[in-house]
Amino acid sequence: MTATAPSTIPTVDVDPFSHEVLADPLPMQGALRDAGPLVWLPRYDLYAVARYAEVRAALVDWQRFPSSAGVGLSNFRYSEPWRPPSLLLEADPPHHDAPRAVLAPILSPRALRRLRAQWFADAEDLVAGLLDGAGRVVELDAIADLAEAFPLRVFPDAVGLPAEGRENLLPYGDHAFNAFGPANDLVAKGAPRVAELSAWVAAQCARDVLTDDGFGAAIWAASDRGDITPAQAPLIVRSLLTAGVDTTVHGLGACLAALATHPAQWERLRARPDRARVAFDEAVRWESPVQTFFRTADVDVPIGGAVVPEGHKILMLLGAANRDPRHWDAPDAYDLDRDPPGHVGFGMGIHQCVGQHVARLEAEALFAALTRRVERLEPAGEPTRHHNNTLRAWESLPVRLHLAS
Amino acid sequence: MGDQLTVVDKAVAAEGVVTLALARPDGGRLPDWAPGAHIDVTLPTGATRQYSLCGDRWDAHTYRIGVLREVDGRGGSAYVHDELAVGDVVAFGGPRNDFAMVPSTRYLFVAGGIGITPLLPMVHQADLVGADWALLYGGRSRRSMAFLDDLAHYGDRVHLHPQDEAGLLPLAAWLGGARDDTVVYCCGPGPLLAAVEDATAHRPPHRLRTERFAAAELGAPVRDEPFEVELARTGTTVTVTPQLSVLEAARRAGATTLSSCEQGVCGTCETTVLAGVPDHRDTLLADHERAAGDCMFPCVSRSCTDRLVLDL
Repeated sequence: MTATAPSTIPTVDVDPFSHEVLADPLPMQGALRDAGPLVWLPRYDLYAVARYAEVRAALVDWQRFPSSAGVGLSNFRYSEPWRPPSLLLEADPPHHDAPRAVLAPILSPRALRRLRAQWFADAEDLVAGLLDGAGRVVELDAIADLAEAFPLRVFPDAVGLPAEGRENLLPYGDHAFNAFGPANDLVAKGAPRVAELSAWVAAQCARDVLTDDGFGAAIWAASDRGDITPAQAPLIVRSLLTAGVDTTVHGLGACLAALATHPAQWERLRARPDRARVAFDEAVRWESPVQTFFRTADVDVPIGGAVVPEGHKILMLLGAANRDPRHWDAPDAYDLDRDPPGHVGFGMGIHQCVGQHVARLEAEALFAALTRRVERLEPAGEPTRHHNNTLRAWESLPVRLHLAS
Repeated sequence: MGDQLTVVDKAVAAEGVVTLALARPDGGRLPDWAPGAHIDVTLPTGATRQYSLCGDRWDAHTYRIGVLREVDGRGGSAYVHDELAVGDVVAFGGPRNDFAMVPSTRYLFVAGGIGITPLLPMVHQADLVGADWALLYGGRSRRSMAFLDDLAHYGDRVHLHPQDEAGLLPLAAWLGGARDDTVVYCCGPGPLLAAVEDATAHRPPHRLRTERFAAAELGAPVRDEPFEVELARTGTTVTVTPQLSVLEAARRAGATTLSSCEQGVCGTCETTVLAGVPDHRDTLLADHERAAGDCMFPCVSRSCTDRLVLDL
């Protein structure tokens, strides 16, 4: 691509979606933060914000940075989306209002109370299955055995999915998050199964496929009340299946990795298991499982003396904002005592993750079970990264658990 | 005191109606809202009233409300009309929305008097999305009907019925012939709502959405003096001064808190209330949940009682 640098804007020649960067995005994040409040990436003729203040301001400004032209690199004004756009993530007010207003109470802390006891019992059961009779020291893969196993055990049931085909959820989500990036090898890798996986996901969103007591049924009930249209209901269910699995898996993976490498923080969590939500949110800040999202400037938007021109894409580096030393003290430290709120790992504003309370409850349940049984947690081999254009993820994370007596 | 707003403009919108433009004292972004939303406004007298937002949601820095002088009111509207001036500061909570717009290709809006306020942004939005819509707007007289200028450019979609010229709203004619897929929104005094309910009784369910216009006073007076919060898990008691949020006070006392938006929007800091009566300022709880008083969002909500006991 030949693009000329706009004047008065720092230029950084980096590909945020290269394997080198995906393996360790922190050096790039620092370079983009230090280059300026608004930078330009010639590789994609793309504007980017990496500092906390600018990322947060862009996230909340749905008026000037709408989402309906897509929240990936692809601009829906000019190119066809790979699937019908999301009614939540890829919509602006007023169209965004009703789907969000319907989904938020279904996933609110008050609504989730009915799941709490069951999820805590499920976590106990999962952990018991891994640890019972296995001796005082147990080695396992914290990703496959915990971070993936627990959400896949509780979340599809909560949505109301049938048992068959749940193995499709992770690859579908992985592709959806890759598709926000450029058409690189990661997108090509998922392409052969797109039609098959999309068809499976679409089929699960139908009313008669879902159980009558889950999140899915509650969405359909809202269409009976006229709060959304019957045509919107399946797409809102689809949002749960797209955004509710991989993200939580990688959030839990981030938290497990953080605690395995910070034994003092594990100690503190064991002493105060009621800090599990804090431990999880601090991991979401520290690792930022969702690294990036895009917006499109609806007008010329000045940022720090430069301008994002109307119609142009802007990349928001959530991970960089969450480690910005202009905002955070010792941003690279994973610290359960970190109190200032407002990390942007779940986004911010009208599009802030509507499922964040679900993720926190999953984390609370899993860590309640683990802290009760496990005295010490340590790495047991080289972890390997899973590369995704949007997600920061582990493929495998071998850990050694020393059980409490 | 909670979040505050400065009156940045005050204008006469009709006989007995003023509009206020409100902004943060520092000019910062205001919480997002959608048509049908209202805010709680606490006047310098301590009275709290609810007002529908009737401005432009694409302006993230200004709220607009319309206030009718209520002749038999309890003094809140008279204060707004006679005393409140540009530059004055009021406290606010919300916005909350119990009258949200649902997706439809056809809308019929019925406004009685000051009940036009929540419908004004709805009309704008219906027009924006290309819906087929009409507004039936009644008032005592043309002079008393606010926002006629705002409505003028919608042409014949807007039907004005000043009672002294045209009599009562022709509800039977309008609602009797409405198509099944038309969603009817009505805001106004009780008798209008009752008449609209009667005239739509034969229609499919969930096609009528109403909001009674009544300047309902919130349960307990809002306090601007300090109160105490007991953190039940540690037994610590902290004093919450007007300058401090409950969340911040609890955090300084070492409580385990988790918060995110700190605007009463995201729900992260939901906390169980063990004793005392919370003064809810969030956008999340429905009226019956507020009345239950068993949980609160300490990032914005405060206390009606001298003491709150929280499960923190």
